[in-house]
Amino acid sequence: MAVIEIKNVAKRFGDYQALHDINLTIDDQEFMVLLGASGCGKSTLLRIICGLETASEGEVWIGGKRVDHLAPKDRGISMVFQNYAVFPHLTVFENIGFGLRMQKLPNDEVTRRVERTADLMHIGQLLKRYSGELSGGQRQRVAVARALAMEPDVILMDEPLSNLDALLRMEMRAELKGVLAESNTTAIYVTHDQVEAMSMADRISVMHEGKIVQAASPIEVYRNPAAEFVAGFIGNPPMNFLQATPQGGGKYSVAGASFDGPSAANSNLQFAIRPEDMTLSETGFPAVAKVVEPLGAHLLVTCELDGKLFRAILDSEMQVKPGETLKLAPVQDRIRWFDPDTTLAVA
Amino acid sequence: MTAATTDMAAPGQDARKAGRFVYITAVVLLCAWVLVPLYFLLINTLSSPEAVNAYPKSFIPEFDLDSLRFFAGFEGILTALKNSILVAAMTMVMSIVIGAPAGYALSRFDFRGKELFRLLILLTRAFPLPLLALPLAVMFIRTGIDDTVFGLALVHTTLAIPFAVLITFSLFSGIPIELEEAAWTLGCNRLTAFQKVILPLVLPGITASAIFAFVISWNEVFAAAVLTIENRTLTAFLLQNLDTSPLHLKFAGGFILVVPALIFIFAVRKYLFAMWGIANR
Repeated sequence: MAVIEIKNVAKRFGDYQALHDINLTIDDQEFMVLLGASGCGKSTLLRIICGLETASEGEVWIGGKRVDHLAPKDRGISMVFQNYAVFPHLTVFENIGFGLRMQKLPNDEVTRRVERTADLMHIGQLLKRYSGELSGGQRQRVAVARALAMEPDVILMDEPLSNLDALLRMEMRAELKGVLAESNTTAIYVTHDQVEAMSMADRISVMHEGKIVQAASPIEVYRNPAAEFVAGFIGNPPMNFLQATPQGGGKYSVAGASFDGPSAANSNLQFAIRPEDMTLSETGFPAVAKVVEPLGAHLLVTCELDGKLFRAILDSEMQVKPGETLKLAPVQDRIRWFDPDTTLAVA
Repeated sequence: MTAATTDMAAPGQDARKAGRFVYITAVVLLCAWVLVPLYFLLINTLSSPEAVNAYPKSFIPEFDLDSLRFFAGFEGILTALKNSILVAAMTMVMSIVIGAPAGYALSRFDFRGKELFRLLILLTRAFPLPLLALPLAVMFIRTGIDDTVFGLALVHTTLAIPFAVLITFSLFSGIPIELEEAAWTLGCNRLTAFQKVILPLVLPGITASAIFAFVISWNEVFAAAVLTIENRTLTAFLLQNLDTSPLHLKFAGGFILVVPALIFIFAVRKYLFAMWGIANR
C-alpha cells in the first residue's frame, strides 16, 4: 500500500537547476515510467525518491509518510541499478539475501525468500555462483531478484535494461512487467527508451529540461501529446509539423490546403500529424519523395513538403520511387494543433 | 609455393624472435640487478674472514657460519630487531588508520580544496629528511617522545602516509559507488555498507598498502639514527656498530637486514600484486 506523492520538488546543483517544481502522484501498484532524453532530470528525480540525493526544495511522501528526511533503508523502497551493482564478493544467494540478512531475518526465512525470488527470476540454478561468473542478463536478474526479495512497497529502477542486447532486452521487458504486476508493488522505472516506456507503463511521465511535460497513459501520450516536445520525442519517426495560418472561421491554411482547426485560437499554429496517419489521396499535399526506406511491414518515405522534411509511413506494397511527387492527405481526426508560443497543444 | 610462403613469413618471424630476445634479455638483466648483489652478500656472509678479503673470489659459499654466529651473540641485536619490528608494525597500523579514511574521502566526496589537498600530500615527500631531522629531534625532546619506539613510528608514518592515501584513494575509486548505494537501499547505513561491501573488496589492496608502509619503515635509517639512542632499530643499530667493523661483519650485518624483509615480502607477495593490479589502472 504505497502511494507516492512528490510535492514541489526542485533540485539545484550549484547554478544548474536540474529539477523545477515537480509535482507527481503515483498510485498504489501503478507502473510509472519516467521517460526523457539524457540530462532531463529523470534519474535525479528517482534518486531523490530513493534517498540517494536530497531535494533542494519540496517533499516526498511514500505511503502517507513524509520520507525526504529518511535514509534510503527506512523508506520501504528497493532499487535496481543500471549497472546492476551485484556485490562481487558474495554468491548470488547472499546477494539476493543481503537485505534480508540486514533485517536479521531467521535463516530459514532468508532461504525461503531467496529461493522463491530466484525461481521467479529463473536463476534458481545459479545461487552458488559469483557475479564474475554470470552474463549481463543473469546479473540483471540477480539485481531484480535482490530488490524483490525485500518485498518492498516501492521498487525503483534506473534504466535496468539499457546494458542488455536488443533481443534480451525485449525478453526481459515482458518478463519484468509480468513479475512486477504479480508482486503488487508500486514501480517507478526510468528509461530513455520510448518503446520500453510504451510497452511497460501504466502511465508515462515525459520529462524535459527538469520538468514533467505530460503524465498520462502510453496511448494518451502517443495520440494526444500535451506539448510539441512530446509530439517530437515520442514515436519513431516522431510527428510531422507544418506551419498553419488562420483563414478565419476556424479554417487554417496548411501547405496550400485548408483544414478545420481550433476556432478559439485565431493565430499562427503548428499543424502536427503522425507519419502513419497519412494516406495517398488525390486531394492531398503534393510532396516530393526524397528517401524511400522499406521497413518490411511498412515503407518509410521522407519527402519535402512546404520546404521542410516530412515523413509518411505507407504500405510496403506501394511502389514509390525517389523524385516522384506523392499526393499525401492526413487522416482528419488525427490532426493535432500546437501553439508555437507556448508549445502546448490547442484543442 | 611452399618456399615462397616461408620466405614471406621469415621477416615477421625474425621481428618476433628479436622482440623475444630483447624481452628475455631485459628480464635477465633486471633479475641480475636484484639477485647478483644479494648473492654476493650471501657468499660473503657465509665465508670466513680470510675468504671475504681474498681475491679472486669463489662463487660457492663455504658455509662458514662464524660471522652469523657472531651476530647471534652480539649484545643488543635482538632488542634492535624487536624495535624494528615494533616501529614498522606501528607505522603500518597508523598509516592505514589515518591514510585509508583520507583515501576514502578523496574518492567519494567533493570538497573545497580537494585537488590542493592531493598535491599537499605529495609535498610531504618533497622535504628531505636531513632537513627535518634536527627540528624534529628538538620537538621530540621537548615533548618527551625522543628515543621512543612510538616517536620514531610517528616519523615513519609521516613518510608512509602519502603512499597509503594515494594507494587507498585509487582502490576506493576502483569500486563503483553504486555498490555502496545498493547496500544503502538494502538496509545499510554508511558504516555497515562500508563493513559489508567495501571493506571485503579493498582488503587485499589495503593489506598491500600496509606492507608498503612496513617496508618503508623497515628500510628507513636516517630518522632512526638521529632520533633514537638507546632504542635503536636494526638499521640504525647496524649503521652505528658496523661503521668500524671488519668487512665480513658488515656483510653479515647487511644480510641480517635484508633477509627478514625478503621473507616478509615473499610471504605477502599476493597482496602486493593485488595492489599494482588496481593502482595501475
